[in-house]
Amino acid sequence: MCSPTWTGDVMLTDAIKQEIESHIHEPEHRAAACTEALRIVQRERGWIDDESIRDIAEYLGMTAHELDSVATFFNLIHRRPVGRHVIRVCASVSCWVMGYDGLRDRLLKHLDVQMGETTSDGRFTVVPNQCLGCCDRAPALMVNRELHRDVDVDALGTLLEPYR
Amino acid sequence: MTDPTRDFPLTGAIKADGTALSLREYEAVGGYAAVRAALAGMAPGDVTTLVKDAGLRGRGGAGFPTGIKWALVPMGDDTPRPKYLVVNADEMEPGTFKDRLLLEGNPHQLIEGVILAAYAIQADLSYIFLRGEYTVAEECMQHALQEAYAAGYLGRNIMGSPYSLDLYLHMSIGRYICGEETALLNALEGKRATPRTKPPFPQISGLWGRPTIVNNVETLCNLPPIVSRGAAWFKSLSRTPNGGTKMFGVSGKAKRPGLWERPLGTTIGEILDLAGGMRDGVSLRGIIPGGASTDFLGPEHLDVPMDFDTVSKVGSRMGTGTMILLDDQTCPVGMVHNLTEFFAQESCGWCTPCRDGLPWIQKVLHTIERGAGRPEDLDVLRRHTKLLGPGLTFCALAPGAMAPLGSALVRFKEDFDRHIRDQRCAWN
Repeated sequence: MCSPTWTGDVMLTDAIKQEIESHIHEPEHRAAACTEALRIVQRERGWIDDESIRDIAEYLGMTAHELDSVATFFNLIHRRPVGRHVIRVCASVSCWVMGYDGLRDRLLKHLDVQMGETTSDGRFTVVPNQCLGCCDRAPALMVNRELHRDVDVDALGTLLEPYR
Repeated sequence: MTDPTRDFPLTGAIKADGTALSLREYEAVGGYAAVRAALAGMAPGDVTTLVKDAGLRGRGGAGFPTGIKWALVPMGDDTPRPKYLVVNADEMEPGTFKDRLLLEGNPHQLIEGVILAAYAIQADLSYIFLRGEYTVAEECMQHALQEAYAAGYLGRNIMGSPYSLDLYLHMSIGRYICGEETALLNALEGKRATPRTKPPFPQISGLWGRPTIVNNVETLCNLPPIVSRGAAWFKSLSRTPNGGTKMFGVSGKAKRPGLWERPLGTTIGEILDLAGGMRDGVSLRGIIPGGASTDFLGPEHLDVPMDFDTVSKVGSRMGTGTMILLDDQTCPVGMVHNLTEFFAQESCGWCTPCRDGLPWIQKVLHTIERGAGRPEDLDVLRRHTKLLGPGLTFCALAPGAMAPLGSALVRFKEDFDRHIRDQRCAWN
């Protein structure tokens, strides 16, 4: 794992290249794997910096601008540094009806950040997320890859405790 | 003991705890028998005809007849190759949570449905386009794909037949517009997910210009039971001329929000009863019947059957079949503001009315909600429901956004007026 101030390793490792290759299903369409490549590199490095854009683009035969136009289009790719854990709070209609505003306000106060910011210790970044697709168990949020449903706003400390 | 998959073909085999059926467990309830039967005894065109006869309509929201969609794919030896079958598993319509259960609970039924659809159109390659946030479904699908390849249900010469198919899992990196099938295809090609001009339709020119079918998860999960049990049985499940059951959901302040498989044509009131009715102390004011981009209905519509044609006749759409409730303790202006904020953020930015109009509407709604609205703001909103309506934008995103807004401006007119008159929101 990397720190939020990671500044780029310039080169993709062999392991990353190998994993990207496993997503190239049609050799004549290498660039099609670029979104998977962004996911893989972000998983390893925390976010996608300019060097990563250049490295991935070169590896897949795209221009850096082409790849950046993709990286900045999609919601799950971070083009700025994030904390060790990313909290995605579902902001969509069912969660809104069930108390999104209160959950958001309590969470931001608990962490002493604004939406989109990272805690001063680099532990958490909070972002809103479009519908997490568990509307019958609202309100919901994700921490990294883990979904938390029926979130109790009075127990946020307990919920976040395991994420050091 | 009766077989639960006879009445509930989508969910009857799913375990109570929702964990995925293994290949062995799926085979034990008749899984992959439909693929064996089709590859051994049916021509591709027979599968398409069967699906047409069953009256299966797409379950992603638009309701296009599945067999008719397939029939537009060029067949024969001289057609461009490869042909593709793409699974739209990018469930992102706010208030919609139906495909998650099918993906997590029975991934092999989806894989079997993919093989049947791909066989019908003679596809060479298939992709599952899955939401990045669906991490449990990702792990279930990866495992199920490995099992299916190892058992010979995927890959070269499936079950010893001449038919071969590769199926790959593609994880999306998140954008609502990928639910639009041509935008999804651009995303699969590694591009920005802006929609394409239609025609040409994907059936003729889709992924990399090759013939492509995009089908929703729930649609495909219906195929194994249709092939196994027949069109007449499938039609008999439904209370309407369109066959089958449907995944119906309730979210909002019901006693027990949830998801149920019931016959097409089950009424809104019956579905609300499954959720135990409204919570104590709140009453029902509005119903968005099928995901964020459908018009509000009201308490007078509880007797309306949820099916493709009837909901349209009363001014909305069945959409995804997962309804969102508005109760009397929740501000309708605030709710429409939340919906519009979503659509404004998820506009792909390609066409001007959507890119510029939606943020404008969102700001006007926000102004009204925080108590600074002017009477003429309502004219601005009404005008935009026309300017961003069907036919004036590049795709259906903005018209979808106008559905809850336009209906709310009529149904909750008093609430909008009161926000402006009192210069405050009565709920906050």
